[in-house]
Amino acid sequence: MPAARQGLDAIEQRFNIGRREFLTFCVAIAASMGLPSRAGAQVAEAITRKDRPSVIWLHHQECTGCTESLLRAEHPTLEKLILDIISLDYHETLFAAAGHQVEDAKRAAMEKNKGKYLLVVEGAIPMKDGGIYCKIGGRTSLELTREAAENAAAIIALGSCAAWGGMPSSPPNPTGCVGVAEALGRTDILTIPGCPSNPYNFLACVVHFLTFQKLPPTDNQGRPLFAFSRLVHENCERRAHFDAGRFALEFGDEGHRKGFCLYKLGCKGPETYANCPVVLFGDAGMQSWPVGTGHPCIGCTTKGIGFTKPIHALAELTNQRPPAMYPRVAEEQGNGVSMGAVAVLSAVAGAAIGAGTVLTKKLGKLERSAEESIRRSGSIRKE
Amino acid sequence: MTVNRREFLRGGISGAAGAAACASLAAQPAEARGNKTVPENAIGFLYDSTLCIGCKACMSACKTTNGLPLEDNLGQGLWDTPFDLSGKTYTVIKVYKDGTGEHKDKVKDGFAHIKRQCLHCIDPSCVSVCPVHAMTKDAVSGVVSYNPDVCIGCRYCVAACPYRVPQFQYDTPFPRISKCQFCKEQLAKGDIPACAKACPTGATLFGSYKALTAEIERRKAMKPGEPNVFPRRTVDSGDTHERAAAEYTDEVYGQKMLGGTQVRYLSGVPFDKFGLPVGLPDLSYAAVSETFLHSLYGGLVVPAVVLAGLAVAAYRGTRNIHEEEDDRHG
Repeated sequence: MPAARQGLDAIEQRFNIGRREFLTFCVAIAASMGLPSRAGAQVAEAITRKDRPSVIWLHHQECTGCTESLLRAEHPTLEKLILDIISLDYHETLFAAAGHQVEDAKRAAMEKNKGKYLLVVEGAIPMKDGGIYCKIGGRTSLELTREAAENAAAIIALGSCAAWGGMPSSPPNPTGCVGVAEALGRTDILTIPGCPSNPYNFLACVVHFLTFQKLPPTDNQGRPLFAFSRLVHENCERRAHFDAGRFALEFGDEGHRKGFCLYKLGCKGPETYANCPVVLFGDAGMQSWPVGTGHPCIGCTTKGIGFTKPIHALAELTNQRPPAMYPRVAEEQGNGVSMGAVAVLSAVAGAAIGAGTVLTKKLGKLERSAEESIRRSGSIRKE
Repeated sequence: MTVNRREFLRGGISGAAGAAACASLAAQPAEARGNKTVPENAIGFLYDSTLCIGCKACMSACKTTNGLPLEDNLGQGLWDTPFDLSGKTYTVIKVYKDGTGEHKDKVKDGFAHIKRQCLHCIDPSCVSVCPVHAMTKDAVSGVVSYNPDVCIGCRYCVAACPYRVPQFQYDTPFPRISKCQFCKEQLAKGDIPACAKACPTGATLFGSYKALTAEIERRKAMKPGEPNVFPRRTVDSGDTHERAAAEYTDEVYGQKMLGGTQVRYLSGVPFDKFGLPVGLPDLSYAAVSETFLHSLYGGLVVPAVVLAGLAVAAYRGTRNIHEEEDDRHG
């Protein structure tokens, strides 16, 4: 029996799921990252590996919504997979233990997996007044994050709070909190914004790290391109209504009930980069995302829009820069002169000139003959 | 015919006297006509280019409401793609684009949208030139509308419009002039024009001319970058949204030029960038040409004098011929 097959059998026992189901999951994860189908096999191989990477998970100023949404990821029973693929050595929400016991476990894991563990940060980090507004075990968020970040192989800032400050950082921002990248002054941090962040985006990044020992390619804000390179507007199921000018004018009106575009209600889809309309939420099937349920996108993934711009305020259309598909101010029209038209016109003009010449010649003759006849008649009368 | 010096001078003097008489008579009835004024309860649009997002909802709504056919200029058969106003298109969103086209409402490396449509002049040239009153201006609302049953298809209106708005349907056997008529059927039903109704940002705003004037003044007084409230659909609809005010150019397009228009434009980009005529006189073309023609034809004095002069000249000319013939045969 080949080794891979053995590994898969082991998986079947370990996770209590069918082999087919497991492979489907691996391919789906590979596909959601835009990887070719053969990457599914690599993903399966990486997941079946015995040495699970250690993960240290820190919580700061946030609501734990990202963890909650991750726990509810369901295909197939992802909470099992996430706990078995990785070795979750520290997570304040999921730990049964408490107090010094937990802190010791964290320290031990960090020591043991120095330079190899994955650091996931959830929540914004307060900076004002020495960062005293969020402390765990008597130490500030900033101290804890710095300590854990020092020897981490990679850092993932999960959720809008960790990515750019999120809801706690919205004005007036009493704790002066910022995202992880800003707090640490680093640019190599993978951010997965969203409120909550989509569990499959997170999972895809973790699996990418497991498979290729590096994080997926990102944009200038550290967001993985496979999830954040398209506007919500571009893949929105209501886009056709936008193009046709059919808008819901208020909640519950006829247009709203018919599923018209929510732009007029303040949908931030046209200025928000996220894959919500593609990946959806909660595994409840189609339309299980904010716009699908009839609420405008609030732009939670984007700094300066989510929790900052009023929900009813209109979005700036960011996808049309430079604008395309509009007639220019001076638009050339027609195809110029065709050879056929030139030929026909010159034929007509030539015929006219020819006829004119002949006519004038005849006119002269006519006049002369008329004059002659007059002269003749005059001479006749004189006689 | 030979003319001696005495006759020539006499003719010249009498001609000059006649012309002077004509001028003095004609000048009395036809005082130079000034611009017409906007009706008391006139309606209008305000198109604010800085609010326009280029969604083309107005174009779509216009075609649906007015039953206009789609126009495919790209040959793909996929989209309604009018290049400009045409026999099939009453309104079109065009774009000014410079360089990289990144910054909205900026001249350099920027872009801005413009909505082309009939501006509903306060003193319209098309109404002035129409020989059959197919183009009329409503005395109450000020809407410039078109009656295809009266139209003779002379296309004077097409040639006369300074904004190149009226379009002739060259590709139909029974052509009409095509232009925005303010959705007058919708207005009659108590509704508002389709484009203003569809506009999601209030870039095309419907309202009374007076209320829109106040709205323009309010917007011009806004501080660029400061959050402000903008109405949608109509000025007083109560349907508003909030956004940062843009930096407007000084000119309000359609406020003064050629007597003004009932559809007015605000923009962050100078209007000549949109290919619109700028720097035209305040006196409308209709006023200039009507003043000239009414002074020529006022009381039919000039035609009468010219006719009399022609009659005299003709009589004298023919008398000479008769005399010559009499001489020859006599």
